Amino acid sequence: MLSSSGVPLNWYLLLSAILFCIGIAGFLYRRNVITVFMSIELMLNAVNLSFVTFSYKFQQVDGHIFTFFVMVVAAAEAAVGLAIILTVFKNRKTLQVDDINSLKN
Amino acid sequence: MDPFLFLLLAAIAVICALNLVVQTHPISSALSLVGVMGSLAILYLLLGAEFIAAAQMIVYAGAIMVLFIFVIMLLNAQGERLTRRGAYVKIFGVPLMALFLGLVAFVIQAALPRSEMVHFGGFTHGGPADIGRSLFTQYLLPFEVVSVLILIAIVGAIVLARKEID
Amino acid sequence: MNFYLLTLIKVAVVAGVFLTALAYLQWIERKVLAHIQLRPGPYRVGPHGLLQPLADVIKLITKEGFIPSHVNRFFYTLAPVLAVSLALVSISVLPFGPRIEVFGIETWMQLTDLKIGVLFVLAVSAVGVYGVALAGWASNNKYSLIGGLRSSAQMISYELPYAVAIAAPLLLLNTLSFREIVNAQSGYYFGFLPRWTIFQGPFPQIISFLIFLIAGFAETNRIPFDLPEAENELVAGYHTEYASMMFASFFMAEYANMLTVSLVATLMFLGGWNAPLPLPVSGFIPTVILVLVAAICFYHGAQPYRKWDRFTFPAAGIISLGLAAIFLVPILQPILLPLFWFIAKAGILLFVFIWIRGTLPRFRYDQLMHFAWTFLFPVAMLNLLVTGLMVALFGK
Repeated sequence: MLSSSGVPLNWYLLLSAILFCIGIAGFLYRRNVITVFMSIELMLNAVNLSFVTFSYKFQQVDGHIFTFFVMVVAAAEAAVGLAIILTVFKNRKTLQVDDINSLKN
Repeated sequence: MDPFLFLLLAAIAVICALNLVVQTHPISSALSLVGVMGSLAILYLLLGAEFIAAAQMIVYAGAIMVLFIFVIMLLNAQGERLTRRGAYVKIFGVPLMALFLGLVAFVIQAALPRSEMVHFGGFTHGGPADIGRSLFTQYLLPFEVVSVLILIAIVGAIVLARKEID
Repeated sequence: MNFYLLTLIKVAVVAGVFLTALAYLQWIERKVLAHIQLRPGPYRVGPHGLLQPLADVIKLITKEGFIPSHVNRFFYTLAPVLAVSLALVSISVLPFGPRIEVFGIETWMQLTDLKIGVLFVLAVSAVGVYGVALAGWASNNKYSLIGGLRSSAQMISYELPYAVAIAAPLLLLNTLSFREIVNAQSGYYFGFLPRWTIFQGPFPQIISFLIFLIAGFAETNRIPFDLPEAENELVAGYHTEYASMMFASFFMAEYANMLTVSLVATLMFLGGWNAPLPLPVSGFIPTVILVLVAAICFYHGAQPYRKWDRFTFPAAGIISLGLAAIFLVPILQPILLPLFWFIAKAGILLFVFIWIRGTLPRFRYDQLMHFAWTFLFPVAMLNLLVTGLMVALFGK
């Protein structure tokens, strides 16, 4: 157990890329609008990891600030998005994105 | 110790993320996403981002995801049914995704050829005090704009979710 | 001594004490409630029902763990585990006393001190809702579902005033580590008024303290905010379908949350283990209180009301006299006095929890939401703003 042994910086970025790709896959594969929405959140999380990693690389706190803003925007997005989902469900009685295909009845 | 922790948490994150995509019931997906967020929070701690790690748990896992689960429970969402496009997407989608991932990995390796190491404790300016100082000096304008944004979001959510007034 | 060994010993001690305290908290609650309602409470197992918690534990462990056929098995079993482990984990960053020396080893009466200890506690309490929400959903029962829904809505709503109420004293204290928070509250104004956050200048945090307590009641699903488990409308709310150890886990989680809220309130607002009076005087207070307790016990022992009283009361009196003597030993004083004050303050808060349960009726659901959003949150916000202004104008 060497405490001095570190992890290559690249690994963090790769993990971030993998998570982002899984997020894209979820966004495209899934047909439930809530799961699609969660895939977007996963992508945002992956990007946040990149921001924090770069913050480590450049020894500056700016990446953390961006992550903070992403979180705030994600919170706003969740509030509005879930309200939209609720309204859509009230009108269409479905959560399948394929069934929500017309603007007016 | 560091590589072990990283690999463990990365494995948890990737497995949970895959589970998010594979599960058909939204509540399983939501719980998997909470798992991803938890392991990412610990990875943030390894990168020295203490405040972001705490905010990740409080804001993401503790508020946003609870809201998701609340909505799933409220709508009593069922597992989704499969659609016709499933097979065709799987045949072409997975290789394309692998290709894209390989490309991204290549770019990362090419852009950062020296393998820089991340040590726990290598970055100590991620505490709440540092974030606060940066947020209220250099990033004051974005901060204020974002606070207006969130106010708009609150109003919008209330307008969308209210009962119809006839 | 080896760091790992020391940590293991500390973990064992803290876990043992904490779990015993949880079991006996339930006994105390039943006793206090009973006396509020003019009943004797648990009385059969042991003297004055003192062994009742043990009997309950044995009963709950040996009961059949039954999983109904219509539940989602994975989440149904996961939920109580989540609830109890998240409720117990906050205790790892809370200090119980100052730096002490035992057998030549110096250590803090705390498992670990995080630089972001307050944020850690907030994060854990924010995630704590999953246990309840999942239990409600996985049980596949309308009562459980409504209980889980109510609980998640309630906890999101009260999380806000809870966090804002914690933020205000942090402006005065200027740190997020619990150890330093308590140190920043040591000392006295004019030689007698303690510098606890609820008294500390430039803006005493009494409003913040009250908001924190009210929001804490809601966070722990206690009366008057116990709508998630309102028994006359929801059977038992989210744990309707649970039995044996799984039910006990929810029970333990509730008490652990209650204990955590009391301990955090003690640390943040009531000065932790700092005595309410300067040392020469405050050193004798525990002894005086214990001697008084002993005197009351002897008085009741001399006038036995029930058959065994003439034995049990004098025994309790002798025990408290012995404790009173221990508090006078000079070597032990630096360890025992902080612990005494810490436990006394947390104990008073816990008593308030139980007292309110015995006194107040339950809110209606719309009243609960209305109260959080239109009263509690604005007041907490206003308090935070005024505190910030005062610190900016008159702070160091």
